[in-house]
Amino acid sequence: MATIIVVTSGKGGVGKTTTSASVSTGLAKRGFKTAVIDFDVGLRNLDLVMGCERRVVYDFVNVIQNEALLKQALIRDKHCDNLFILPASQTRDKEALNKEGVGRVLDELRDSFDYIVCDSPAGIEQGALMALYFADEAFIVTNPEVSSVRDSDRILGILQARSKRAETGSTPIKEHLLVTRYSPRRVEAGEMLSLKDVQDLLGIPLIGVIPESEVVLQASNSGVPVIHFDQSPSGQAYDDVVARFLGESRPMRFLEPERKNFLRRLFGT
Amino acid sequence: MPRSDAQDTQDLFPAEPQAQESAIELKGSVFTLPVLRIRSNELEVIAAQLVKRLSKSPQFFVNAPIVVDLEAVRDTSAPLDFHRLVVVLRGQHLFPVGVQNGSPLQHEAAMAAGLAVLKGRAMKELPTITPLITSPPDSTGESIAAKVATECTDADPVPAPETAPSKHSAHAPNTKIVQQAVRSGQRVMARNGDLVVLAAVNAGAEIIAEGNIHVYAPLRGRALAGVSGDTQARIFCHQFEAELVAIAGNYRVFDDGPPKELRGKAVQVFLDGEQLIVAPLD
Repeated sequence: MATIIVVTSGKGGVGKTTTSASVSTGLAKRGFKTAVIDFDVGLRNLDLVMGCERRVVYDFVNVIQNEALLKQALIRDKHCDNLFILPASQTRDKEALNKEGVGRVLDELRDSFDYIVCDSPAGIEQGALMALYFADEAFIVTNPEVSSVRDSDRILGILQARSKRAETGSTPIKEHLLVTRYSPRRVEAGEMLSLKDVQDLLGIPLIGVIPESEVVLQASNSGVPVIHFDQSPSGQAYDDVVARFLGESRPMRFLEPERKNFLRRLFGT
Repeated sequence: MPRSDAQDTQDLFPAEPQAQESAIELKGSVFTLPVLRIRSNELEVIAAQLVKRLSKSPQFFVNAPIVVDLEAVRDTSAPLDFHRLVVVLRGQHLFPVGVQNGSPLQHEAAMAAGLAVLKGRAMKELPTITPLITSPPDSTGESIAAKVATECTDADPVPAPETAPSKHSAHAPNTKIVQQAVRSGQRVMARNGDLVVLAAVNAGAEIIAEGNIHVYAPLRGRALAGVSGDTQARIFCHQFEAELVAIAGNYRVFDDGPPKELRGKAVQVFLDGEQLIVAPLD
């Protein structure tokens, strides 16, 4: 019986799709059968970030509207055997996503998968609401800056009121704060909110901090989730996040500005 | 899990299963509306003074649904032309939706003019609105008193469990206690009593009470106490970072945040005559 995780934020461009790609990859690499679904109808991105955009034949809306079977639409990830991608439709409108259809597809996935990661679009409209409705757990992706924090706060309110768990009075969705694009140097310079500020404002448990990095752009350009770049701080930070999610205790890394010591400066590393 | 009653739309008459798709649903809801209290039946005077009063806060009342309070003219024998009153008010971009506190005859006439009769209660004398940060109090006697009110639309409900039983009787005040953070975009209202919030009220959130408001946590959003006219209501908070505070319609905004000596401190907010005072608690 799968656990459904929604990756959401409210604000756009903070790293939801990047996170969905890396977290689902991380879970699959650890042996869990994982599906990652793109809920952004019309502006499909997940397939690009996963590197499978040329293999999309059928999409989420096709399955909902019974134009294709789920197994015809699911794309097996080229890096990870346990990982499957359900891409979004690019040509339909948001009304195509409805509770009944989405619920049906998730029910079908639930039996054979361990984790289902729902990549939410930005905003609080239909796509975002559908992505969070059936969730058991949530990653709230937040950049350490005021508008992202405000939007994350807003989406938290919606999660607590408009999810299926809220409506039926079951245990609430388990919320995890994921701070992305964190730059310790800019925090020190007072240009960015500190981690503590973000935690104080949102008041939910922190699952990880992903440092700002050029590798992320490289990763999405090449269609390889960041977590595969295991030498880079961002890749390692995502790996930490998945480990913590699964119950491992790992200290937070990459929170301090890099201080080049004399030798490093001398040898230019 | 019970939801905040201010946001609930309850089914008044739960429908029986119908053979075809139901075209309507009857629901209950809560609205707080500005009240226009008239003290004269001379519509020209009312119209002229309305123009002047509205020009002071033009955006606020544009297209506002309002209730006309007739208490001050209730006992006059001179008749009030409700049809014309509606025309006058509509001319000022106000939408009169009903009347309250009139005589039975007045109520009949109002209904004939298409206005609903609302259950009013004796209202206390309200101060005229003078936001602290703008112009000094108007010295020319106005025959109009208006209240600042916010409309409770169907914003997302705050799923906070209520620990105090809410009796909803007009006489026994009750306290609403909220234990979870009030998030941006959410609105919590306590009718007929105080509101106690035990977690943060975030920026962009709004908490409203007919009585007092107590926030034992950071207050970063908007707090409006005494919304039905209780000028004695106060706002208390542990960590003052509010965007706006209001008591019985007198409001104050903090553009760049509260002044340094108050920021982040424990404060109380109260009305001293017509002045809104924010004072440290220690």
